Amino acid sequence: MAYVSIADRDHEIEHHDPQTFITKYVWSQDHKVIAVQYSITAIFVGVVALILSAMMRLQLGFPDTFSFINPENYYQFVTMHGMIMVIYLLTALFLGGFGNYLIPLMCGSRDMVFPYLNMLSYWVYLLSVIILLASFFVPGGSTGAGWTLYPPQAIMPGTPGIDMGILLMLASLAVFIVAFTMGGLNYVTTVLQARCEGMTLMRMPLSVWGIFMATVLGLLAFPALLVSAIMMLLDKTIMTSFFIPAISSMGADPGHTGGSPILFQHLFWFFGHPEVYIVALPAFGIVSDLLSTHARKNIFGYRMMVWAIIIIGGLSFIVWAHHMYVSGMNPYFGFFFATTTLIIAVPTALKVYNWVLTLWQGNIHLRVPMLFAIGFIFTFIHGGLTGLFLGNVTIDLPLSDTYFVVAHFHMVMGVSPVLVVFGAIYHWFPKITGKMYNETLGKWHFWMTFLGTYSIYLPMHYLGFLGVPRRYFAMGNTEFMPESAQTLNSSITLSALFVAATQILFFVNVIWSLKSGKKAGPNPWGATTLEWQTPDTPPKHGNWGHDLPVVYRWAYDYSVPGYADDFIPQTVPPDKAPAGREHGGESH
Amino acid sequence: MSEVVMEHAAEAPGLEGVVSDFSRDKQVFGVPWGKAMMWIFLLSDTFIFSCFLVSYMAVRISTTDPWPVPSEVFALSFGGDPIPLILIAIMTFILITSSGTMAMAVNMGYRRDKNKTFWLMVATAILGASFVGMQAFEWTKLIVEEGVRPWSNPMGAAQFGSSFFMITGFHGLHVSAGVIYLMWVAIRVKRGIYERRGGNYEIVEIAGLYWHFVDLVWVFIFAFFYLW
Repeated sequence: MAYVSIADRDHEIEHHDPQTFITKYVWSQDHKVIAVQYSITAIFVGVVALILSAMMRLQLGFPDTFSFINPENYYQFVTMHGMIMVIYLLTALFLGGFGNYLIPLMCGSRDMVFPYLNMLSYWVYLLSVIILLASFFVPGGSTGAGWTLYPPQAIMPGTPGIDMGILLMLASLAVFIVAFTMGGLNYVTTVLQARCEGMTLMRMPLSVWGIFMATVLGLLAFPALLVSAIMMLLDKTIMTSFFIPAISSMGADPGHTGGSPILFQHLFWFFGHPEVYIVALPAFGIVSDLLSTHARKNIFGYRMMVWAIIIIGGLSFIVWAHHMYVSGMNPYFGFFFATTTLIIAVPTALKVYNWVLTLWQGNIHLRVPMLFAIGFIFTFIHGGLTGLFLGNVTIDLPLSDTYFVVAHFHMVMGVSPVLVVFGAIYHWFPKITGKMYNETLGKWHFWMTFLGTYSIYLPMHYLGFLGVPRRYFAMGNTEFMPESAQTLNSSITLSALFVAATQILFFVNVIWSLKSGKKAGPNPWGATTLEWQTPDTPPKHGNWGHDLPVVYRWAYDYSVPGYADDFIPQTVPPDKAPAGREHGGESH
Repeated sequence: MSEVVMEHAAEAPGLEGVVSDFSRDKQVFGVPWGKAMMWIFLLSDTFIFSCFLVSYMAVRISTTDPWPVPSEVFALSFGGDPIPLILIAIMTFILITSSGTMAMAVNMGYRRDKNKTFWLMVATAILGASFVGMQAFEWTKLIVEEGVRPWSNPMGAAQFGSSFFMITGFHGLHVSAGVIYLMWVAIRVKRGIYERRGGNYEIVEIAGLYWHFVDLVWVFIFAFFYLW
């Protein structure tokens, strides 16, 4: 090629190996170290958000019991839990963590195209996390506006944290978007421009496809959040009226005039809906690879899977107002957005069918990553089906702002991606650390998490049908809610505390395995993709030793007839092994 | 690309051929990494400015107070009758001229003419800086003489001032950043850094992409804010 990368030249690599501890592990430009830095930070804030959710559940399950939770705290917990989980945990972990680790290794590159920018991305992300966490400690505490931050209430007296909390939240989001943009440009450019020889787009593992498309969505959706954050900052600090109409607040006139609160909702959800797929698409991709590898069978309908990812990504930009059916917008909008929303079910269902068909007659190894992958299929089908309910305007109106909605989105974009995160960590743990995890602990972790989350979220659907409203600090004496609703709430709280405590198993497993886990071979699962073919485990700086890999086949040559092993790595040339199948289903 | 690795790419007719052409070996676009990244960044930036402009249109529709007439607000008089939009016309002319000098700089870069590239880039940066200077003049006039503030506006809708300062301010920041970027590249051109790297002047074109983008955004701001 005319534009060979600098990293492709051997003499450059020798000179750029980091030497000291600081350049190796702290100010590192190595995508693998940055990935681990991103992951640890994201999981740390995720634990904070998990503790917040436990506090919320304590209040909901046992109201009037805990004196340290008052209504203001409760709203702050709701807000911070939601924002952290969606943006600072899942987005950062899937793209900054797995994206950073997997893209160069799976595409056969030495690193991201601009490693310095990649390093900056992590440090700016860390800054955004620090700003976010600082808001817990400022006067008035963090914002309690709900993770959607709807104006006018987000910046008007009566909402907790309107002094400093909301400012820090908006600033932190803006900083996060800068960090994401620096990382995201790297991921997209690396996938498009820096693959190794033979790695065509249609030979890429689906993990890379999912992360790639999610990054594209992020680069096009986060601008809307940035713009709305800037405008709300201006509304708050210098009294502009972008989002605030003439309004009476606490009996006084704050001096706003003529703004449009609905404008914020449109901007927010133009970001917010693609955000759902920013979290979901990497999970889709990774789970495809887990299923295929541990079922020893090629992914069913590879080509369709790729196109489904692309089509879902495109459609995700024209469904946003299905979050706004009750906002009072034009009913014809509801018709349009309900239609597009239901159309998304088609490529999504196609993916689910293909996952199940991949398992069909496979040689299934129920190792820990596989358990999590199969668990994901269950939770995702449940969450997806309730999405069809909520996508219809007439069904959404009564269910809106009830626990049915809470159950739906936690099932589809909470539990499901988190199960994939765990599956993926168990799957790639041997490559990242060179050690095996403890299988028994991992299985306990899976079953307790999987069954536990069901006992949390299945009853919530029922609460939603009863009309129990979400985000309420206490239900009070309402006639339509039977006594049993409170009993159910208590049981949900117990399950939630149980699941939260169960996660300790995961951390114990990781720490124990790092110290005394069995040494893992370079390819413990017998996987075909490039990251398992590195000369060193864990891979060294530059990933590939002296020569870059050359790819001769797609990523899913499992159980090919006429070959001794039940997998053929992508680097095996056609004269050494049967050609297998190329391009998902077209046999040669 | 070796033939062993590449199978029947780009031989299929129609749409399938287009797809296999894009998805073939190693690179999708036959451009350097930095250029591809700049394109993707500008696509993302397009969404930022689109959101700003759409939001401005939305508040212009939603506000209850009358919207000032831009051609009257942005008129200047040189002794005689006020000339509508004259300053904006000059600013637009300057910015578009700077796109011309930038394009010439890119051309000279590919001809490896170090000095001409440098001076054309400096000219571009000066034109850009004078644009920002005129913008500062325009802001001062609005704030001091007309009494327009981001939160209020004696001529009508408060959103006029808030949208104006936000959008032109954000664009002005882009131009200022561009001026710094251009000067940085220009100085490195002058020092012969790219000459030593095998005469690779791609960075000039990448900076040019950014500059043309900022100009193009201005055309949309001009059309939607000043002419509407």
